Amino acid sequence: MATAVKIEGTDRMELITGSEAIAIACQLADVDVITGYPIRPYDTVMQYIAKLVSNGEFDCEYIIAEGEHSQFEIVKHASAVGARVFTGSSGVGWMYAFECLTVTPALRIPMVAMVGNRALDDPGAFGVEHNDALAVRDLGWQLVWVDSPQEALDTALIAYRVAEDRRIFLPCAISCDGAFLTHSQALVKIPGQDQVTKFLPRYDRGDLLLHPDNPITIAPQANEDWLMEIRRQTAAAMERSAGVIREAYTDFAKIFGRDYGNPFFEEFETADADVVLVGMGTLSNPVRVAIRQMRKEGKKVGFVRVRWFRPFAADELAKCLGRFKAVGVLDRDFSLGSPYHSGVLATEIRSAMYPTAKRPPIIGFIGGLGGREVLLPDVYKMTDIIYQAAEGKTQPLTQWIGVRE
Amino acid sequence: MGRLWAVEVVYRGIFQKTLAKNITRAIVLAAHHEGKPGISFGRYGDSPERNGIPAKAFAIVGTDDITLEEGMARYEPTEVDISISVDDTLCKGVESWAWYGLQPINRLTKPGGTLLVTSRETPERIIEMCHKKTTAYNLAVLKAIPSFSGLWVYKDDHTDVRILGAIAKFVPELFGLASVQKAILQEWHDPLKATSAARTYETITSVPVKPSQGNPEKPYEFVKPKWTEMRDGITIPAIPHGHAMTDAENHKTGGFQPDRNPTFKKYLTRTMRPVVNFDTCIKCTLCWLQCPDSCFDVTPEGLYDANMEACCGCGVCEAVCPVKDCVTMVNEVSFSDNASQWEAWRKDQPAYQAWLKGKIAEKGERSHGFRYRGQYAEQLPAARAEADGND
Repeated sequence: MATAVKIEGTDRMELITGSEAIAIACQLADVDVITGYPIRPYDTVMQYIAKLVSNGEFDCEYIIAEGEHSQFEIVKHASAVGARVFTGSSGVGWMYAFECLTVTPALRIPMVAMVGNRALDDPGAFGVEHNDALAVRDLGWQLVWVDSPQEALDTALIAYRVAEDRRIFLPCAISCDGAFLTHSQALVKIPGQDQVTKFLPRYDRGDLLLHPDNPITIAPQANEDWLMEIRRQTAAAMERSAGVIREAYTDFAKIFGRDYGNPFFEEFETADADVVLVGMGTLSNPVRVAIRQMRKEGKKVGFVRVRWFRPFAADELAKCLGRFKAVGVLDRDFSLGSPYHSGVLATEIRSAMYPTAKRPPIIGFIGGLGGREVLLPDVYKMTDIIYQAAEGKTQPLTQWIGVRE
Repeated sequence: MGRLWAVEVVYRGIFQKTLAKNITRAIVLAAHHEGKPGISFGRYGDSPERNGIPAKAFAIVGTDDITLEEGMARYEPTEVDISISVDDTLCKGVESWAWYGLQPINRLTKPGGTLLVTSRETPERIIEMCHKKTTAYNLAVLKAIPSFSGLWVYKDDHTDVRILGAIAKFVPELFGLASVQKAILQEWHDPLKATSAARTYETITSVPVKPSQGNPEKPYEFVKPKWTEMRDGITIPAIPHGHAMTDAENHKTGGFQPDRNPTFKKYLTRTMRPVVNFDTCIKCTLCWLQCPDSCFDVTPEGLYDANMEACCGCGVCEAVCPVKDCVTMVNEVSFSDNASQWEAWRKDQPAYQAWLKGKIAEKGERSHGFRYRGQYAEQLPAARAEADGND
């Protein structure tokens, strides 16, 4: 589909939110079909896309569905007939689409979605929690967390490149923390169309294209004679994903000149660190500030920000975290009744560390729920606890941070 | 380890689902009266909620709990003491929704075991329908029409309890008649049904079947692909369009024969098949258009030949045909192969007409379902008389 107005030239700077950055990435990726249904904070992306479309700057099929279930079904079908698609939701809206989220990976639909992370009802709340996106963690969705509008834009382009790779053909959700990212503006370098075109090949569905010239049946009923083989195929695609992500980041750095280093997680002040905190999303900001402060006091603290949660870079992350005397994992989510009543990320990291020789103590923290800020004193407190664990003092394996008690 | 018994009931989906369940339930209850634990289950993968699809239910009984658990380590038994077919047309084979090709009706019957079939046919005719087996077994025919006791209607014709009586006769170590009668009273609270079971127990007999007897045809089978060999994305390519047909008599080509799925044929769902009078066909196309399974091949001269590898026997063609007696549904037991009727007609038209007339004359009872309200009531007196006379 032709884009009405192409963005000429190379980088231009814009002061935009994370949501607007995603909308611009859709325009640059020349997405064919976009669906929406309003829910905060995802609705901000809808607004920016609507504006681009109505200004004649973006030519796409922009469909407002009657609910999230239809919203995700529409793009699933559009993708099956060869359209590049974008959609997304937040909180319980994402949950309302759950059936469509479960069918997408096995059908090998490279849907790209933005999850504006939001607490799940009840109570009705707008603020960020990561439980919405994490709910699909076992199903074949690639999940990535970003912490700035620039990273949101870049990661959306990378998400298309990875999802639509014939070796993968799996959906990808980009998680953007509600408010902190979706509603906060920062200066963003917007790349030129020619660079994006160079980076992002056309979506070619090949032999899986639903078209009269390629008559196929998609998603018939299948019994126990077929299910395991189908699951194994989807699993194999996810197993290939890490390699394709790595390729995409390498090409991205070459073409756009922005090098994210290790695609899977970002290390901050870890080279000489005794202890580290691990987390996802925008909590990186207060954590980095606190670490700079603590380093002035001689505390060697580092931070590891996990970007790609699926695929989970278990080997690399385990090797990285094995270097420290103790590790604290700050989850902006909960996993009630899970091992040690920890958050999801802490449980995953413990699981990743198990087969390795160097296993420092791991303390899980749960904080920043419902959009509550993670403040500097919270980070100091967590660091103290991690240090005590490093010194061999037994600590509760899960602790709530920033809760009134 | 103690002793294990297995019973399978092969039945038609929907039409006989409850019948099969009741039989296997009662087996376990009867065994329980003799202190033997058991489990009854329907094969889930058969997806038996579809009209006529061949499906199976099982009862597994052990002398003790550990033996039963050992027996259930593999859910579906590899051999059974007695195979029960509650519809004689199933003797042609079983192809359920499970992807395993065609399984002979006697496949699981253990050497020296019994195949029990409800039918009005002679044992000789039933043996012809069953595939040859390398080991000897026994065949017992319980005189009855296929009982229509499924999801929506339970025709209480005592087929259930008569089969239980027969099991007590052929597998006496499993349970005796007294236990069967206790289980019947417990399940149905009907002394008449207990009497029916006793009558079958006293009168039913079996005949030996030698390895040399039966249908010599090799059942079709195929190898399921590995995950690396399958297309991804849960996509299945369309079957190719098909091709023109060739007239073996004059070598004229024309018409159209669609290609069909070579690994899932599903014709064993059929209990009736259409026979076509090509001499009265007016080539109106209605059967071809309306057939839900695209089973009609269009011949070079524009006639419609129902392909028996594709026909599920639904009877729509008979219902839509505007010509009297041009398409007639005939009970499947009247046929021994899937050969083309059109080819037979091309070869020798007078002989075909004679064959056709013969088949229509022995048309047979429609196996399942009723054509009109009140048909069951009409069938009852004849069925009672037959049971009284022959059982």
